[in-house]
Amino acid sequence: MNAATASPSVGKRDRPVGAAFDPVFRVLCFTAATLLLSALGGIVASLLIGGWPALQKFGLNFFLSSEWNPVTDIYGGAGPIVGTLITAVLSLLMALPVAFGCAVFLVEFCPPIMRRPIGIAIELLAGVPSIVYGMWGLFVFAPLFSTYVELPLITWAPPGSIWEKLFQGIPNGAGILSASVILSVMILPYIAATLRELFLTVPAKVRESAYGVGCTTMEVVWSVTLPYVRRSAIGAVMLGLGRALGETMAVTFIIGNSHAFPKGLFDGGSTIASTIANEFAEATSDMHSAALIALGFVLFVITFAVLAIARALLGAPKHG
Amino acid sequence: MALLDRRGRRKAANALFVTFCTGAALFAIAALATILFSLLIKGIGGLNLDIFTMSTPAPESRGGLANAIVGSVLLCGVAMIGAVSVGVLAGTWLAEFGGTSPYANTIRFLNDVLLSAPSILIGLFVYYIAVKPLGGFSGWAGALALALIATPVVTRTTEDVLKLQARQLRESGAALGAPMWVTIQRVLWRAAGGGIITGALLAFARISGETAPLLFTSLGNQFMSFDMTKPISNLPAIIFQFGLSAYDDWQRLAWVGAMLIAFAVLAINILVRVLSQEQKRS
Repeated sequence: MNAATASPSVGKRDRPVGAAFDPVFRVLCFTAATLLLSALGGIVASLLIGGWPALQKFGLNFFLSSEWNPVTDIYGGAGPIVGTLITAVLSLLMALPVAFGCAVFLVEFCPPIMRRPIGIAIELLAGVPSIVYGMWGLFVFAPLFSTYVELPLITWAPPGSIWEKLFQGIPNGAGILSASVILSVMILPYIAATLRELFLTVPAKVRESAYGVGCTTMEVVWSVTLPYVRRSAIGAVMLGLGRALGETMAVTFIIGNSHAFPKGLFDGGSTIASTIANEFAEATSDMHSAALIALGFVLFVITFAVLAIARALLGAPKHG
Repeated sequence: MALLDRRGRRKAANALFVTFCTGAALFAIAALATILFSLLIKGIGGLNLDIFTMSTPAPESRGGLANAIVGSVLLCGVAMIGAVSVGVLAGTWLAEFGGTSPYANTIRFLNDVLLSAPSILIGLFVYYIAVKPLGGFSGWAGALALALIATPVVTRTTEDVLKLQARQLRESGAALGAPMWVTIQRVLWRAAGGGIITGALLAFARISGETAPLLFTSLGNQFMSFDMTKPISNLPAIIFQFGLSAYDDWQRLAWVGAMLIAFAVLAINILVRVLSQEQKRS
């Protein structure tokens, strides 16, 4: 009897109930994943198509001229493009040492009980919305920055020196340098968190052996930890740079929004993102919006390159 | 004569280094504390019942932020429904079906790019596909822009937590004779549920403060509105508009809004960390 019931199922077993839906489910998941791909493709395509009239009309001048004039309908994006690069690089220069210090502190010196709360506090800096940084930057930070940093520096700068040139601009607390400072606080947690994770990947054995031969903490960090994670650390920095390039609202509040080439660090300027945020909804002509979208395309190309390099250096995220 | 011997110099350099690192950590904490403190100082004075019951006012008249709060919740809610459904499925494909095929790796890379792409460019894109062709700013467009920002976060976390699930879970599902989609739905998603919720909450926290992509998608609306086909008011855009205005009472409202958003977002962030801590323990 046993053999009788078993025999039909030996050769071919029944397929599980509902297995017919398997391919459907698979296609559903596949479609969702492909949707992401097409979203990115769509972004590139729409920026390129939308910006093409401006790129075509102004050609190379779009990148070289800083004349941005909605009245005569002539647009040159050099001001915002240079502003974007300057603020991003300046903020990176300021954020990097502090982020490095935070990461080293959390990994090497921090009392174990405090490690979690302090780590969370630094991560929360990344959670504060961009617009809140903007409000805070314009109304709290800018007046202080003007009184205690800009004015003293302007009075101190010897006439005719390079400092005098560097500190040109109206010391009202809004400008290239203030925007970079705010940006640096915003990207600090991203770099710090990535660096910290990298430092934790260094095998304890390697670090302990360095301590064992009598290295100080500083020597361990400089000669063992950093060389071990060198490649990925540069990736972490590029990730921060990518963030700084695209930040919009905080910068819009505090950069002063002038399209001219910034003359000095205290001078007002603009970035690509802040220009789009300010003008796109009220663009006066088709060429005006095309020029703004072309700027967006430039921003996309820059950020994509930076993020791609960051990913390549950090290696693919661990899978499997 | 050397001021210090070699050992002394090394110790001094190290002391300097320790001071610098500690200082850096203190600086970061101080920055957070200063921001939260000034938000409280500037915002708490304007906090009253009007904020939650009245719509945004004309300058120099009584009003609140009710329409903006409702609009924000509506936009984020709709965006999250879209982001979770697409993100979970996409993450599942990457973890269960995609493997390490070139196509899956490309999607992983592009998902990471999308994750850190400037949000304002996503706004421009949505303007092109949802505002211009349909002839006007709308709540749907705003929700779409926010969903595009949230989806990569959900995709990434879903894939990561699914990868953490033991192979035996998949095998036991198959051994019971369940088709793969049932195993994924009933076993894997359930086991990974906590992690997926964490990712969704983080994505929600991220989009609830996003301003840039809403400026030219959902625009804003002075009145209370639930109509997703029309412009809808939202907190970030109101903060932007009121904060940069010349009216004192508008600025006060902007501070209240900024305080509400910042503390809500931080609360979600802390909640997520507490939740994930509990999961590790159990």
